[in-house]
Amino acid sequence: MRRTALLAGVAATALLLTACSSSDGGSASTADKDMTAEINYAFWDATQEAAIDTIIEEFNEEYPNITVKKDVTPYSEFFGKLQTQASSDTLPDVFWMNGPNFQLYASNDKLEPVTDAVDPANYPQALNDLYSFDGTQYGVPKDYDTVAVFYNKALFDQAGVEYPTEGWTWDEFHEKAKAISDALKADGVYGTVNGLSGGQEVYYNTILQAGGEVISADSTTSGYDSPEAIEGLQFVADLIADGSAPTLQQLSDTPQNVWFVNGKSAMFWSGTWSNAELRESAIVDDIEVAPLPKDEQEATVIHGLANVVAKSSKNKAAAQAFQEFLASERAAVIQAEAGAALPAYTGTQTAFVESAPYNLQVFLDEAENSSFPYPVSKNTAAWNQLENELLPAAFSGERPVADVAKELAEKMNEALAEENE
Amino acid sequence: MTSSAVREVGVAAPAAAPAPPAGRGRRRGRSDLGWALVFVLPLFVGIALFYLWPIVRNLWFSFTEWGPFGDSEWVGLDNYIELAGDATMGRAILNTLGYTAMLLCGVPLAIYFASLLNRPGLRFANLFRTAFFLPYVAMPAAISMVWRIIYNGDFGILNYALSLIGIDGPAWLSTEGVALVAVALVGIWISLGFNLIILSAGMKGIPVELYEAASLDGATRWKQFTTITVPLLTPSIFFVSVMTVIAGFQVFDLLYALMGTQNPAIDKTQSVVYYFFTNIKTGDNGYAAAIGVVILLLVGIFTVLQFRLQKKWVTYV
Repeated sequence: MRRTALLAGVAATALLLTACSSSDGGSASTADKDMTAEINYAFWDATQEAAIDTIIEEFNEEYPNITVKKDVTPYSEFFGKLQTQASSDTLPDVFWMNGPNFQLYASNDKLEPVTDAVDPANYPQALNDLYSFDGTQYGVPKDYDTVAVFYNKALFDQAGVEYPTEGWTWDEFHEKAKAISDALKADGVYGTVNGLSGGQEVYYNTILQAGGEVISADSTTSGYDSPEAIEGLQFVADLIADGSAPTLQQLSDTPQNVWFVNGKSAMFWSGTWSNAELRESAIVDDIEVAPLPKDEQEATVIHGLANVVAKSSKNKAAAQAFQEFLASERAAVIQAEAGAALPAYTGTQTAFVESAPYNLQVFLDEAENSSFPYPVSKNTAAWNQLENELLPAAFSGERPVADVAKELAEKMNEALAEENE
Repeated sequence: MTSSAVREVGVAAPAAAPAPPAGRGRRRGRSDLGWALVFVLPLFVGIALFYLWPIVRNLWFSFTEWGPFGDSEWVGLDNYIELAGDATMGRAILNTLGYTAMLLCGVPLAIYFASLLNRPGLRFANLFRTAFFLPYVAMPAAISMVWRIIYNGDFGILNYALSLIGIDGPAWLSTEGVALVAVALVGIWISLGFNLIILSAGMKGIPVELYEAASLDGATRWKQFTTITVPLLTPSIFFVSVMTVIAGFQVFDLLYALMGTQNPAIDKTQSVVYYFFTNIKTGDNGYAAAIGVVILLLVGIFTVLQFRLQKKWVTYV
């Protein structure tokens, strides 16, 4: 049901956008190539700096008189700093944005809409949706991540369990996880490990797979109290309850990626961002990737970063020219070649897929076929905090999942009502 | 001598004013004062700017509610009313009191270790002092990394050691009830070095003759410790206790670095300052400011209380 709606949306938007861009006479910007300006570009991932240097260099071949100054702030401080800058109208001209923070800035009129020169048809629809507010798109998708199951073939063999297959179900997943936990208990190995931080790795996906939603499409009501959402949360709680997965305490002591990389867990739900670590790990030859198991439907949350232009920018034309360049296929290819992130521009992902011996294509297929936008609202941080406070009691079996879900929905609805006042 | 330790902590005294230029004998008094003020001014400006102004601002903020981008709205006592009925805050205060109480248990330990370190003729005394002091100067983040590994429920060395004697240890840092004790133990371990230094300095001030006289009278080492060392050390002990209580009320870094934000037990283990941090993170700056005021009041009340009580047990020579 929801899938059809999403597909229809994709088709309609794609049509509309092709119409738009063709009437503009292609995507070439009409901006003045000789304009002189100095702009700031703020981002948080220092490992991408080399690629960004190359991008700026090539941008300067087109716009020789625009100086782009880099401003790198670690992620943990990035949004705190950004909020202060926004309060004093000193935002960087162009900067990275993520899903949970986007609407806060868009709804407070801090961002400049994307120019016509950028064609959204080049990016996954769910990402365009993520960076749209009230029907206007403000961010150009830069890269993206979906979630799949990394698994350790050696541990499957050792436990005598068959590898996952495409189209597998929750029940099959649970059976395999339990079988491996039971078989390899003596070695302290678990069937699966569930990262619970932020929901993106596990429970946002299972809620969608059960046919539920974390937040309504218009971001006004919580979806946590629906039977589907409760089912999605229950699935995760069950895995922990019967020892198919380590408990929250164990996860807090030893993060999920460490369990997997050290061969103490046979399966690991994670996103494209884990690739960098896994392809360098000691178990790299045993790793394979399967799509997430399905319940009512196949589903994964898709999230990605975007480049946005500040409304308060004093050199808006230059900032937009730079954003347009960042949106180009060329910029995406530079990123892909550097291997730092999976670029959002359709067709430029080959380099990333080839960066590891295991099957990374799964992530791309999911993005295309079964991805749902990352759940956000105007003040996502407020209810993310509620999730962190309340859900542990459900996953640890301390309280019935349904009770926790109802309380979470109630409090989240209050938070949502507050932000929409 | 012993009481000088107490004075040392306060704000460092400003450098003495230099002598006024010669030949102005008649206006010397006034110009002295002028110069003195000029030299003291930077300190006052510093205190006003970085201590008093933030306190005033914080008080002001505690009566406001904040929008996401710095626009705030006056809400009167709303934040405090909400705070009064906030179960999490009550829990956080209890945790903080519990943590502080445990930290205070480290003081007798420090006294005992200080007396051992001050034993005349102790070999490698400097080595021991350095060893005890190191945790205090090491980065809390680094210390926390090490203790996280030691305390790890599945792969930690502590549980491994316990398993050798047949005990199945818990996940120390993520089990409700256990976590606060585990964190406090690290807190005691870190503060031991600082307390040792203060208490050792205090002990050095106790006249040797007293001990000589006592041993002539046949008093044992333990007797000397309880009847001479501890009573004469009370001013230092008092100072250490006051500092410990203040540090206990401000605990945040250890909790944050040891337990992290994704810990299932953090909600039941968090301190008042941690709760302050949580609210800042979600943008409830006004509410956080109100928590800040409560922390200030708590520290103030307990410090005044300690100063009142000191008359009953602290002996100044």
